[in-house]
Amino acid sequence: MITEISIMRTLLSILGITLVVGVNAIFVVWFERKVAGHMQYRLGPTEVGPAGLLQTVADGLKLVSKQIIFPQSADKPIFILAPIICLVPVFIALLPVPFSATWQAHELDMGLLLVIALGLLNTLGILLAGWGCDNKYALLGASRAVAQILAYKIPLLLCILPIILLAGTFSLREIVLVQEQSTWFALYQPVGFLIYLIAITLETNRSPFDFAEAESELVAGFHTEYSGMMFSLFFLAEYTYMLVASAIASILFLGGWLGPFFPGPVWMLIKIYFFLFLMMWFRWTFPRVRVDQMLSFGWKILLPISLLNFLITAGVMAAL
Amino acid sequence: MFESQTAPTYHLETVEEQENDFILNLGPQHPGTHGVLRVILHMDGEYILTADPVLGYGHRMQEKIAENMTWSQVLPYMARMDYLSALSYNQAWVCLVEKMCEYEVPRRAEYIRVLTTELNRISSHLLWFGAFLLDLGAFTPFLHAFEDRETLLDLLESLTGSRLTYCFFRFGGVGADVDAAFLRGAQDFVKQMHTKLPRYHELVTGNVIFRERTRDVGVILPFDTWGYGLSGPVLRGSGEQYDVRTSEPYSIYPELDFNVPVEQSGDCLARYLVRLNEIDESLKIIEQTLANMPEGPIKSKVPKIIKPPEGEASMAVETPRGELMIYAVSDGGKVPYRVKYRVPSFANLSIFSKMARGQLLADALAILGSLDLVIPEIDR
Repeated sequence: MITEISIMRTLLSILGITLVVGVNAIFVVWFERKVAGHMQYRLGPTEVGPAGLLQTVADGLKLVSKQIIFPQSADKPIFILAPIICLVPVFIALLPVPFSATWQAHELDMGLLLVIALGLLNTLGILLAGWGCDNKYALLGASRAVAQILAYKIPLLLCILPIILLAGTFSLREIVLVQEQSTWFALYQPVGFLIYLIAITLETNRSPFDFAEAESELVAGFHTEYSGMMFSLFFLAEYTYMLVASAIASILFLGGWLGPFFPGPVWMLIKIYFFLFLMMWFRWTFPRVRVDQMLSFGWKILLPISLLNFLITAGVMAAL
Repeated sequence: MFESQTAPTYHLETVEEQENDFILNLGPQHPGTHGVLRVILHMDGEYILTADPVLGYGHRMQEKIAENMTWSQVLPYMARMDYLSALSYNQAWVCLVEKMCEYEVPRRAEYIRVLTTELNRISSHLLWFGAFLLDLGAFTPFLHAFEDRETLLDLLESLTGSRLTYCFFRFGGVGADVDAAFLRGAQDFVKQMHTKLPRYHELVTGNVIFRERTRDVGVILPFDTWGYGLSGPVLRGSGEQYDVRTSEPYSIYPELDFNVPVEQSGDCLARYLVRLNEIDESLKIIEQTLANMPEGPIKSKVPKIIKPPEGEASMAVETPRGELMIYAVSDGGKVPYRVKYRVPSFANLSIFSKMARGQLLADALAILGSLDLVIPEIDR
């Protein structure tokens, strides 16, 4: 039954998610540039706004006002569709993410499953981008993204399964509530936590696993041919995806909004930014892993360990 | 009968793309080639079947230009070939002319030459260090290396007046005398590098990903080294102890105490280690020249118009990239009759096709980076 309240709520959640995505992108890009700058004896952005905070807004405006160039031989519908397919799922994936016991756009019983499923669509967007623009570098980047998806998704899922066993629910909100009763699941699942960290770096195509856009090899990988707003959509998708992955990581392993002194959303943001900082740290200190090394790492190391981790957890749970 | 007169086509451009393989045009504008080098790659997925470098995008007819310039007018062109080690080129040209005309060089000038050339060598290796790691996907070391290189360039700028394309050496001496501020600056830089080099090793050499990316990648067997005319760190990475500074000593190098770093494995990691160790050895040389800098004139008297006697001569020096040899013929006139440059990058690139065959694209770019190519030097 549609009531005025539910319509209001839907509108508010759409507004809220858009705000979170927009403000987060502006802030995270600034934060990343500052982190990178300080790791490299630089200051990062300083000119636009206080401490350069509005640099991203200026960059965004520049990108929006730029002409979008379509390659002559591009498959135009696919070319246009690809960045949208990349971005929209991560918007939706923010729906079931709780920022506190009450701050949540929509409570879903299957919230975790929804987020995982939507996360897979990102690769579809990359594949379409690589295929649609008829560029060999882009195609190579896209094929790398597709090749790596199985190597990290299965270990990722096998790390999440023990959490579901421990919590007994797929609802992200209830997973946190269970941790309120016991303790952070990272303490029960240290191995799973580490593998999850590696897997989300892979999932978000971040260095040292940024094969899909490996600059020194593939120019810009799957988004070589994209310019202006279309390029910034990919950019926005990547940073929003990082936010979602970090939010899920903090909910699953670090107790979400739980913490003393501060209200829930503050703790949630602190934990999210802890993960974001980790990813930036990886990116600015590591060389890129080679594709085949990553695949064998995923299949031969991550997969057996996460499988073992899952089996042991299941065995202990059954014994208790 | 006219069919045989059609222009020869470049054979790889005419290769038919099959179902599973394709031609990938790498460059001349590509972030991985560091200049206008073009490589035509025949790929099977991520694997390279054949790689063919295409040269000449930066060809400026340097050898022909030299035939139309007086002997001293050629000197500024030296910096335009290998812009990263302009002083080594300076040295090769002035030594060559001094050899032909039998000019004396004051000892202080020789010391200043070696001091600045070794500083230049360090700046070249620092840039290579950054650029190589950029090829491997690590961005931060590049800016760390540039931080140190900046100090060095400021220092050389204060002496020579330019930051990159130095034209500092003169026939029979150098262009300017070193002052106390420069010597102090050089000493400070040596001190700075002694603390920074271990940090580079900490940041990069010990990194697992870096070692996995470079170890056993692009191995050059000792068998191939001489056949391809390799020289410099590329040669010494394969266990050959050959350095012009010690094998055919020139200037004051015989009086200095330094080692020639050699690695046995011949892979990208070996070439990386050779270059970093060379920075260490260059620091040693700089320390010695600073400690023993003699007093005296910086330039001997040479005629205004240089006319080497009829005859020919060649001069080889060790640039950061390897052996540079300049061969010149004089007919006794104001301009050289013929000049020939034997440049290290050109010879070092020649083995790339062989090394890239059967490698992954990512490895091929690591190999290309490890050769430390300067494209204007190849095209010249």
